[in-house]
Amino acid sequence: MFEFFRNLDRRWVFLAMLLAVAIPILLGARFPEDPSPMVRSVFEAIDNLPEGSRVLLALDYDPASEGELHPMAAAFTRQCALKNHKMYFMTLWPPGTVMVQKQITMLEREFPDYEYGIDYVNMGFRPGYEGPIKLIVTDLKKAIAADVQGTSLDQIPLTRDLKNIQQMDLIINVSAGYPGAKEWVLYASTPYGIPTVAGTTGVQSPLLMPYIPNQLTGMLGAIKAAAEYEQLLIDEYPQLKDNRQAQEALRRMGPQLVAHVFLIVLILIGNAIYFIERRRSR
Amino acid sequence: MKRTVPLIIAATTGFVLIVAYFIPYTETWGETAMAWFNIIAAVAFVLGGFNLMKNQLQKISDRRPGWGYAAVTLISFVITLFVGLAKVGVTPSETYPEYPWAGAYDQEGAAFWWVYEYLFLPLSATMFAMLAFYIASAAFRAFRAKNVEAVILLITAFIVLLGRTYAGVWLTSWVDPLAAQFESPFMSQLITGLRLDRLTGTIMNVFNLAGMRAITIGIALGVASTSLKVLLGVDRSYLGSGDD
Repeated sequence: MFEFFRNLDRRWVFLAMLLAVAIPILLGARFPEDPSPMVRSVFEAIDNLPEGSRVLLALDYDPASEGELHPMAAAFTRQCALKNHKMYFMTLWPPGTVMVQKQITMLEREFPDYEYGIDYVNMGFRPGYEGPIKLIVTDLKKAIAADVQGTSLDQIPLTRDLKNIQQMDLIINVSAGYPGAKEWVLYASTPYGIPTVAGTTGVQSPLLMPYIPNQLTGMLGAIKAAAEYEQLLIDEYPQLKDNRQAQEALRRMGPQLVAHVFLIVLILIGNAIYFIERRRSR
Repeated sequence: MKRTVPLIIAATTGFVLIVAYFIPYTETWGETAMAWFNIIAAVAFVLGGFNLMKNQLQKISDRRPGWGYAAVTLISFVITLFVGLAKVGVTPSETYPEYPWAGAYDQEGAAFWWVYEYLFLPLSATMFAMLAFYIASAAFRAFRAKNVEAVILLITAFIVLLGRTYAGVWLTSWVDPLAAQFESPFMSQLITGLRLDRLTGTIMNVFNLAGMRAITIGIALGVASTSLKVLLGVDRSYLGSGDD
């Protein structure tokens, strides 16, 4: 047994990891989630806004992070729609346009009464990393003259009278890196006092902790927080209970649990081999 | 001249943006500088495209090792660019049905959408997902309790790995009933905090936060001094060597 693990081919580790992820997915393993105070603070930041508030949804991520961030973005969009908030979508990442489009497709499917231009608008992608943020905080139309279809923002009822994003009641940023939540905090939230919440990858979340709670109202870090958020959303809005799309993160916690336990087992076996070898060499 | 003009542009723009932040009268100057920056950033995409083509064509023509990958990159780039610009498969928009090119380039069912949805998206997701396999292999081979620091790191990793799943709650479900047995609020609170998910929160909100604050402040001071060097022309490394 010792020799087997000592000379273990890494392809066996790969196969075991594949099974650790695949089996819970195929079995549909689900576990209860207890929302943390941080998740509750993000939920309340959106839920406590009066109906019809203006919310900027900046989705700064790409397909590589979609598995982790799409459930958060979808949960934010659903909650805003359930509260009848006015949504302004935009992205600072070129592949982010498709991420925004996915939210709009979801809105069209699940909230058919929501009307483009009246209830939500897609302002698309703007190049220049944090550059567009610095501009839209003082003059929106100087950076974004038209929506993603090329329609002038002056012709769209939702944006006609919008001078800058200081008029937003909340900024929601879902991001996987640079430019992302940190840039929104540095150039919009902090200097102009616009309330901001974020959803980020697990890798990025420790970097954003110092900004909470004064510069960033709250943050969802990784798929675990997304699952807690979905649970909270289902508890508050029971109509989502039968919506499978609204439980993507909850479903992903099954494979995460098994994969994490598998990682711990691997580390323990690796260390057992290390200590046995060390004792033998003495 | 080749270095002086960019130096003057960088210094002027930098100082305008600093002044615009502190003096409300000059706010519009900052806006104009940022509008220019955004236009240049958009043009940089075009330059980037040409640069990519030049480099890949060079690789193919020199038959350098891995030139086949360069060919794949080039073909993918040209196809994606063509189907996006030509709006292949896009149906006219409802607003302007008389104009055949009025539909969105990334419309569902269009060629660009297809390339994105069935090529770019799965490839990107696959590359990222492969990390799980490499992390597992690396954890097995390299994560050893060789010294005190490594032991602390290992224990923290176990707590966070378990605390970020339901396993943490389940394994330490005995904590809350035990805490209820203590009359002292201090002891009760101390024991309650031992549940793995709460312990993970403590690690993130106390130890990680303290470290990150220190690092963030350090980085900010470094950025401020480097920026000043760039603006004053002391650091000119961003201009390149000047040989090309």
